[in-house]
Amino acid sequence: MCLAVPGRIEAIVEDQGLRMARMDFGGIQKQVCLAYLPEAEVGQYAIVHVGFAISLIDEASAAETLRQFRELGLLEEELGATEVEEAGNEVPRRVP
Amino acid sequence: MKYLDEFRDSAPARRLAEEIHRLATRPWAIMEVCGGQTHSILRNGIDQLLPASLSLIHGPGCPVCVTPVEVIDRALAIAGRPEVTFTSFGDMLRVPGSEKDLFRVKSEGGDVRIVYSPLDAVKLAQELPDRQVVFFGIGFETTAPANAMAVHLARRQGLTNFSMLASHVLVPPAIEAILASPSNRVQAFLAAGHVCSVMGTWQYPPLAAKHRVPIVITGFEPLDLLEGIRRAVAQLEAGEARVENAYARVVSEAGNHPAQALLAEVFEVCDRTWRGIGTIPASGFRLSAAYRDFDAELRFDVAGVTAHESPLCHAGEVLRGVLKPNQCPAFGRECTPRTPLGATMVSSEGACAAYYHYGRALAAEEAR
Amino acid sequence: MAEPLDITGWSCPLPLADYPAIVLGHGGGGKLSSELVEHLFVPAFGGSELARLGDAALLPPPGGRLAFSTDSFVVHPLFFPGGSIGELAVHGTVNDLAMMGARPLYLSAAFILEEGLPMATLGAIVARMAAAARAAGVSIVAGDTKVVDHGHGHGCYITTAGVGVVPAGLELGPERARPGDAVLVSGTLGDHGMAVMSVREGLAFEAELASDCAALHTLVEALLAALPTGSVHTLRDPTRGGLAAVLGEIAKSSRVGIELEERALPVRPEVHSACELLGMDPIFVANEGKLVALVAAEAAEAALSALRAHPLGREAAIVGRAGAEHPGVLVARTALGARRVVPEQLGEQLPRIC
Repeated sequence: MCLAVPGRIEAIVEDQGLRMARMDFGGIQKQVCLAYLPEAEVGQYAIVHVGFAISLIDEASAAETLRQFRELGLLEEELGATEVEEAGNEVPRRVP
Repeated sequence: MKYLDEFRDSAPARRLAEEIHRLATRPWAIMEVCGGQTHSILRNGIDQLLPASLSLIHGPGCPVCVTPVEVIDRALAIAGRPEVTFTSFGDMLRVPGSEKDLFRVKSEGGDVRIVYSPLDAVKLAQELPDRQVVFFGIGFETTAPANAMAVHLARRQGLTNFSMLASHVLVPPAIEAILASPSNRVQAFLAAGHVCSVMGTWQYPPLAAKHRVPIVITGFEPLDLLEGIRRAVAQLEAGEARVENAYARVVSEAGNHPAQALLAEVFEVCDRTWRGIGTIPASGFRLSAAYRDFDAELRFDVAGVTAHESPLCHAGEVLRGVLKPNQCPAFGRECTPRTPLGATMVSSEGACAAYYHYGRALAAEEAR
Repeated sequence: MAEPLDITGWSCPLPLADYPAIVLGHGGGGKLSSELVEHLFVPAFGGSELARLGDAALLPPPGGRLAFSTDSFVVHPLFFPGGSIGELAVHGTVNDLAMMGARPLYLSAAFILEEGLPMATLGAIVARMAAAARAAGVSIVAGDTKVVDHGHGHGCYITTAGVGVVPAGLELGPERARPGDAVLVSGTLGDHGMAVMSVREGLAFEAELASDCAALHTLVEALLAALPTGSVHTLRDPTRGGLAAVLGEIAKSSRVGIELEERALPVRPEVHSACELLGMDPIFVANEGKLVALVAAEAAEAALSALRAHPLGREAAIVGRAGAEHPGVLVARTALGARRVVPEQLGEQLPRIC
């Protein structure tokens, strides 16, 4: 239902009494309404849907999730379980 | 893009898929509620990485698909008026009402415009003081705050030439309706991450407990979806039925308080008809009494417009996961992407349209 | 408008200066019409054939087979980052000729102008058109102008037709792709469509995006010259509907299945981001300066080198292959290694929220 994309808050301004942000989405800049994120600050990342920032991205949580994804499967490898190594797989491997 | 591309990495995706294969010992049916998740699953081919015993049921979480025919007919009636500039998200322009769609109204001289944000519609109302600017306010809880802000702003600015045709829908009552249906076969849900970013997760534990189903709050990128599926399968295999948050970087338990506050001010909960499904109690938002002046249905007196869905269309059973699209008698005959009877055939990620395209390819392969 | 109008090289001549904007009379066939032709079109486009102002251009018969094509241009806004309707009107028809292997020679240009179009805007469009034609080495030898009532057009529509000559023995066509062929694109996808989208009312966003609008015939010449005769089977320019639309058509015409490798598709980061923002897919977005080539597998690497050696093909890539499986259907191999059927679009891709 809801296409929402992450962007970085570049500047915060006031427009017609609304808290607005200029946000960067991977090289694309767009004005976004910040009214629902009164605590948001420049430099933070937020999820934006139809021109509204609706949630800040918890960067520590994102990093932790990614770390878990990357480590998934490594345990079995250590235990000698078979895992087909894909070409281009750059996951760090520990020496058994 | 940061926070998107990392979650599309193929190596961890394969490992997550392998983990799902390892976990799944029995057949399970999991529903991804949200149309955006369906899109991502089909777009990336995530379904093909999963065990054959696992079926993903595409849920009713596409606001475009579930907007009832009569609301679309009301939109068409308003958009055709000479004094009206009708604004909408792009998705809605091709959705058929009883007889035509917004593109047809535009071709007949209606002033129909695509906007990216509801605030763009408010801006248009300021720029065109001699026109009646109407915004087609559809969407789930994710979109509702944006639409609420547009009306709120219009009222604050005393704009008398702005109004909204509101047809919002809510996720938890739809999940409840699916689970309460005697023909339900959904055993676990991937809840829509972006809806939860607004509403939080607190609405779901009672549902999980009452119906004994795992509910996993899930994001939209391939790794997020695979992780959501992995956790759902793990719970199913273990006989658990909990609410888990697999999208913690975006979703908190409480959700977005300022957004919830404005929703409560601008809207009130109402019964809502879902296209293809029927009326679900307390499953929608309409403008509250304080904002009635901005209700396009009243302003243009179209509340009396009613319509009936094609009796040939079985979209409701498809959306509930009871019927596969190609089991519908009208599929590929009366109903094709060019002549859609129901909205599931309209949007390219609608379940029926997806089946139609895949089916054609399979037929071509078999004919070889 | 996206950028200040570049009207250097064109200053409004005296008779036209009396009319700061187009009026109905400019299409009426009288004095105003001839002033427009004499003081705007003829000086800009040059050439003796146009200047003769006959009812038809008289041209020497070229050797070889004629390629003949026409295209209409209704882009809105008229000016967009990286180009205007003027360059498009030249490049579009030149590219249609080039995709059949033709060397483009002559163009005609018919203008439908809306009453009230500022003369300076028309002047800028014509100046850009003339520059594009000169750079492409084609002559604009015939033309026409009509004016429609205010409110009945987006300022300016242009139809160009073009004639080119195809060397003997060269056979290209959408029905000539074969199983095994490599699919190449000459550069990044979606630049034009997203550049125009970025300045569309209601969707506007800011980005370093520019249309890729360019004439491709020299790129085609370089490609054909570098490969053994007969190894290039099909050339198309993926304009409206993007890469997916032309590959779908080639798959149908040639009765081959085509498989795209999504990871191999060249897409600029800004175009990728804009597509994410609007819920679009770059393979459906228009290009105006890119070609798609289906070439025999053994010539694929040489074709890639030839494209990359040309300024318009630096970011060329091999993006897929044709096969005997699933004839008529375009399939994409996703980054996750899954395969999906690429659905045909019914019309223009729309921004989505869902």
